[in-house]
Amino acid sequence: MLGLKTDWVLEPEPRDYALADYEGCQAKWCPGCGDHSVLNAVQRLCRDERLPPEQTVFVSGIGCSSRFPHYMKTYGFHGLHGRALPVASGIRARRPDLNIFVATGDGDCCSIGTAHWIHALRYNMKMVVMMFDNNIYGLTKKQTSPTTRRGRRTNTHPDGAFLSPMNPITVSLGVPNASFIAQTVDWNPPHLYATLREAFHHPGFAFVRVMQRCPHFTGDNFELFQTDPSKILLMTHPDGVPVDDALIRTFTTRVEHDPADRMNAFNHAMREDVLPIGLFYRDEEAEHYDSYTREGLDTTPAEKVEAMDKLLDLYCV
Amino acid sequence: MNHIVSPVTAKIQKDAVTLLDEHIVEIVSDSGEGAQTAGQIFGQASAMMGNGVWTVEIIPAEIEPPSRSVPGASGNRIRVGARALHNAGDKADVVIGFNEQVLYSRIDQGAFKKGTHIFLENKWENDPREDVRNTYNEALTDLRERGYKVTGVPMEACCLEYVRDARRGKNIWVLGLLCRLYNRDKDLMRKMITRRFQAKGEKVLNSNLQLFESGFSWARSNLTQTWRIPPRRDDRPHVVMNGNQALAMGCMAAGMEICSMYPITPATSVSHYLAANFKKVGGFVHQAEDEIAAIGFAIGASYAGKTAVTITSGPGLALKTEFIGLAVMAEVPLVIVDVQRGGPSTGLPTKVEQSDLLAVLHGSPGDAPKIVLAPSTIEECFHFMITARRLAEEFRGPVFVLSDANLATGVQPFPRPRLSEDQLSPPIDQSDWDPDVAPYNWDSESGLSRRPIPGQRGGAYVLTGLGHDRHSKVVYESGTNQKTIAMRSKKLAALQRTLKPPTIFGDDTGDLLVVGWGSTRGAVEEAVTRLRKQGRKISSVNLQFLSPLQPGLTEMFRRFKKVMTIEINYSDKKDDPAFAGARRPAQLAMLLRARTLIDIDFWSRVPGSPLQPGILVDVLKHRMDEMRGATC
Repeated sequence: MLGLKTDWVLEPEPRDYALADYEGCQAKWCPGCGDHSVLNAVQRLCRDERLPPEQTVFVSGIGCSSRFPHYMKTYGFHGLHGRALPVASGIRARRPDLNIFVATGDGDCCSIGTAHWIHALRYNMKMVVMMFDNNIYGLTKKQTSPTTRRGRRTNTHPDGAFLSPMNPITVSLGVPNASFIAQTVDWNPPHLYATLREAFHHPGFAFVRVMQRCPHFTGDNFELFQTDPSKILLMTHPDGVPVDDALIRTFTTRVEHDPADRMNAFNHAMREDVLPIGLFYRDEEAEHYDSYTREGLDTTPAEKVEAMDKLLDLYCV
Repeated sequence: MNHIVSPVTAKIQKDAVTLLDEHIVEIVSDSGEGAQTAGQIFGQASAMMGNGVWTVEIIPAEIEPPSRSVPGASGNRIRVGARALHNAGDKADVVIGFNEQVLYSRIDQGAFKKGTHIFLENKWENDPREDVRNTYNEALTDLRERGYKVTGVPMEACCLEYVRDARRGKNIWVLGLLCRLYNRDKDLMRKMITRRFQAKGEKVLNSNLQLFESGFSWARSNLTQTWRIPPRRDDRPHVVMNGNQALAMGCMAAGMEICSMYPITPATSVSHYLAANFKKVGGFVHQAEDEIAAIGFAIGASYAGKTAVTITSGPGLALKTEFIGLAVMAEVPLVIVDVQRGGPSTGLPTKVEQSDLLAVLHGSPGDAPKIVLAPSTIEECFHFMITARRLAEEFRGPVFVLSDANLATGVQPFPRPRLSEDQLSPPIDQSDWDPDVAPYNWDSESGLSRRPIPGQRGGAYVLTGLGHDRHSKVVYESGTNQKTIAMRSKKLAALQRTLKPPTIFGDDTGDLLVVGWGSTRGAVEEAVTRLRKQGRKISSVNLQFLSPLQPGLTEMFRRFKKVMTIEINYSDKKDDPAFAGARRPAQLAMLLRARTLIDIDFWSRVPGSPLQPGILVDVLKHRMDEMRGATC
């Protein structure tokens, strides 16, 4: 194996990137699927932030949206159902140099992977987590997910889902040390892009719930919000997701929400009459687990052997 | 041979020292009375004096079970010898009991024999509670009827001269008694007590040293006959540690950067030693939210080029299964340590078993070939970690190290390992990757390939658990799975070609070959040695590689009239008619029968304790007599 070369690689001039530098395989999502629009936003973000593809990793679980890494031309890890976050945390542990994005769905994150989601929020390791929420299991064909609204008919609950859905935002807000919780919609590219950009620049674990259309199984899900944008509550604040005039014109129902105000964030998140979008909560002072996991990265082989020799001395007879 | 005499006669007898080849000492108390500390110090001091030593812990499942209860027995068995020892031996020669009830747990385990000396705390005969006095007196009669030589010892009375709570002092008092009884180096033991207690302040240290002296003087005045076990001849520097400490040291010596774990008995203490020391070598212990996350985190770290280990036991192994399959499928290097305990399910958390072999080999859905190693000594626990790390990287996949609860808590001296920088994992490669080289550029002969690591320009690929081609592209075409699984299987074949046949203990032909794996090696070899001394044509072999198996086994087995395995897992008994025609074999036997087509016999039990060589001698003798009967 060759040594670590990055230290002496000279880049004569910064590389410039085009969208094509991030375009992987042809996306195989259904026509009209909201995932396409997130993919576009992310590829634009990568280009605009000049992220070297080799320094960027997309990690996912299993599900429609978890195909995401295949459609990027960066490093990717398409792993197990529900387990994207432990893998992403492990990658982050000793690689502060990489840009890490996670693609996960409502089944992947809020059902089979719930334990990891809660704990990853608490670890607060630097990564962008995009939770694609279409309120249904798509890949396995229309089963009830934790965010499926009560009464929706699915293949596992043909008479309608029994229970009220889980609210991933209030759950996230309840986790100590959570540091960035936002919500956006796939059908408004400017807000989607602005939200992901804020998430990318957040120093810790940025959790973004993307309300995502699934024309195949839950086509009616977000229809109301698309046809009547006043049903969307645009949260604005100088510390929140930046909004331009066009957004202000589109979303007439607005509220000024300070993302430092956690209790008020709960109030907005629990509203059922409108769909809030924007930044619920941000805390840049929260502790970062990765600041501990990366300790000792610079230990030299000679130092390691010397330290171990001393340890062995303690066991000597 | 009765060296234990009454205090009255002691005064008129001259001190006598008897030389011994070996002795087994047990210290058994209620949990929390410190018998384990005493046992550890006694074992370490003996090792420092040059003796062969094997120590095992006697552990109850609960932290503080009710006092004076049979299942509450806690303590240590220390086997001390004039030669190197590799197992916990047969029946105890000397037992120190803090109460009579805990002794019954050991009797139940078959730990004592006729003539075992029991030094028993005698405060119970004057206990204010009538039922306690009665049970004590009944037990005293019973123990003597069983043929044990019981001596009442006023531990409590002596200790109360120095401490208010004798429960916190008896262990060190007992150490004084043992120091005298076995003529241990008194200054050395005082030094070790000092090392153990100096952090707790001068007052605590001084009272412990006083307790030690008190126990020593009591023994000097009351026990005239003492023993000495001469040191063995080995001038190399040695270290003394248990198997879990050796695994932890091995992790560091192998250059691991991440140990990702979830607490589970009896594996957890590996991460305790790492947590205390890993920082010194720049490593980090991640205590994950569950077993699944623990291996996922390790796989993530490894994918990103950092060497990682995850450590678990049976129930945790079950939870990790899906990720293990992913590591095989996507060829992620990873070392997985399984410190086996009794199963199935929660089973016997603190007790030894070798029941995970088939689960490790075949526990993943789909075909998931992986490398499996089994250390058989404490020393191997250390060295196998370095081998495992190298194999994981070279063969690009998960490597199992199968330890067990016997090795985990067994303490043994072994030659101090030589550390070197080339045992450490190499720094991660961040040089440019040739874009024409696929991320799974399988060599058609060996199935081997090099992997790109994030950060390498030109190497970007998407790792996937889906069926994929050499470019890591998802494929569903017929025939792809056949080809790609064959590539992963070829890696095992390639590794096997580099291995040597295992070394036979004894002659390489004969009547019976005993095959074992893991921690049973010491007991098996001791039993074989005893039988060979009786003229039996018996040999044994210990398999360090269980996947792939070392080459040459079939030929080796054919040179013996009969081959059988000895294991600590469940198999149906040979002579029980209930199993007639449907007898389920022991796990290694099942594997070897399938791989060699030889009718391999087996004897295995799940007693929750290490196998005693004496019991194996009886078993093997019986099987050999049956053979003779058959050929006559």
